[in-house]
Amino acid sequence: MIELRFHGRGGQGAVVASKTLAQAAFRTGRYVQSYPDYGVERRGAPVVAFARIAEEGDDTFVRQDIREPDHLLILDATLLATAAPLAGLRPGGWVVVNSPDPPDRLGIDSIFRVATVDASRIALDHGLGSAAQPVVNTAILGAFVRATGIVTLEDLLAAIEHEVPVKGAENRAAAQEAYDHVVLGVAV
Amino acid sequence: MPERLLLTGNHAAAYGAMLSRAEVISAYPITPQTMIVELLSELTASGKLDATFITVESEHSAMAACVGASAAGSRTYTATSGQGLALMHEMLHWAVGARLPVVLTNVSRAMAPGWSIWSDQTDILSQRDIGWMMLFAESVQEAQDFVIWSYKVAEQVYLPAMVGMDAFILSHTAEPLIVHDQSAVDAYLPKFQPIYDLDPAEPRAYGGLVNRDHYFELRYKIFEAMERAGRLLVEAGEEFGETLGRRYTPLEEYLLDDADYVIVSAGALTSNVRQAVREARRNGIKVGLLRLVAFRPFPFAAMRRVLAGRKKVAVLDRNMGPGHSGIFAAEIRSAMYGMPDAPPIFGYVVGLGGRDVRVDTVADVLYDLITREEPELALFVGVKGLAIGPVRTHLEVRR
Repeated sequence: MIELRFHGRGGQGAVVASKTLAQAAFRTGRYVQSYPDYGVERRGAPVVAFARIAEEGDDTFVRQDIREPDHLLILDATLLATAAPLAGLRPGGWVVVNSPDPPDRLGIDSIFRVATVDASRIALDHGLGSAAQPVVNTAILGAFVRATGIVTLEDLLAAIEHEVPVKGAENRAAAQEAYDHVVLGVAV
Repeated sequence: MPERLLLTGNHAAAYGAMLSRAEVISAYPITPQTMIVELLSELTASGKLDATFITVESEHSAMAACVGASAAGSRTYTATSGQGLALMHEMLHWAVGARLPVVLTNVSRAMAPGWSIWSDQTDILSQRDIGWMMLFAESVQEAQDFVIWSYKVAEQVYLPAMVGMDAFILSHTAEPLIVHDQSAVDAYLPKFQPIYDLDPAEPRAYGGLVNRDHYFELRYKIFEAMERAGRLLVEAGEEFGETLGRRYTPLEEYLLDDADYVIVSAGALTSNVRQAVREARRNGIKVGLLRLVAFRPFPFAAMRRVLAGRKKVAVLDRNMGPGHSGIFAAEIRSAMYGMPDAPPIFGYVVGLGGRDVRVDTVADVLYDLITREEPELALFVGVKGLAIGPVRTHLEVRR
């Protein structure tokens, strides 16, 4: 069972990102769960969402909080300073961050694998969101899929078409561009 | 062909109402149920569901509208949660007394104050003695299917039914759902055709004063109808399997054949119990799971048959009745009364207000069950600063 945690801010699309990645794996016949950590949602406030993706031959089935995720997706790099998004992350896990900086500049412990992509710039280039609040979820997913290979890019693009209600072509293009340009801190 | 989709429990419940061809829907939004009525409102507005959607100013009015629509012969649906269900209380009685098979999805949410929107079954169990059938879903699939199963039985016995689903753990979790073929559901659930309906062409009096000569008989008939519902739930659950490919039963047994220890649970936390039971089995512990799918009608005979002669039984309650114990534990103790080989019942209260009940939590309960000598009414699991330990009161029960 692969367990994922998404950190973003209200309006960036973290919850949709979790559902979209789950949809990409679901399309290949795997059991998945996607759920948000609901509190009281406000635009700009920290938001957390989760996904579970079954691996072949694994019949574990649980409904509990994900406390030790295998990988993280960070939709807003400022969250690295304010919250504790790395809490519980398993050693060797990927931290995929929306940042223009190279992975080794983020000060993340080397027991984790770090990838960065300038998802805000990519989102804006594709007309997704505003300069104050780019909608970065599809770009971060493109980068994540390239880093982890948990699903294929083709399955991700099909899932975006299914799950993302507006600007389908632009969102798919953003995911593709992030997939092509993500900077991986270690060789895959 | 049935369709496989990735949907939340809330949307699955709305699909259940749509597949059942609900004709009138009236509801008032409340977190965490709102997505159900939002989707049903969209489906009726777009014409995908041929129903009348009645917006109202409160849950009390929502149930009043459901009562009127059902009395007029319509298949009627609503959804609510927590405080909303509490506000409906008076009208819930009306649906039973008027013998109206309304179906309601309750997304179980902790009662306020302190304000909480998270999972807790005390809301639905506070409506225990009204005469509504009560089913508890464990999965997104069941959130859909139990609506259909409920109508099938409710309309034969003229009693309403509510389907409980855990806040967020099911309501907001997307997981794979098989959306049944409409024609297959139509074959399973024919159009609702009540014996009597409100019809100006054929006027009758409804809801009038019943004097001391008649009320008692009306109540007896409700009791008798609920007993019949118990048998029909079994039949309709089997027919669900034949027609729609998933067999349902009021009481689910899992790895119980040789089990010395039994853990009883209801709702979404059962998934973690099942996982814990499998892990304990790998360590050679003879433990099984008994899932309470139907709480009303209570599966009395089956419960006695399954639990007779077991070494120890743990009941997990995501609810409680202050001054007594977890509500399921209380009911199961009562069901075992007078049986010569009744097992000791250990009551464990878990997960109130959505506190995480993990596979490890269930493993802790199992360890406590095996090592504890005497049963306790209510052992609280996971309260900060409190180990699982006896909460001793003057109400203590001992074997």
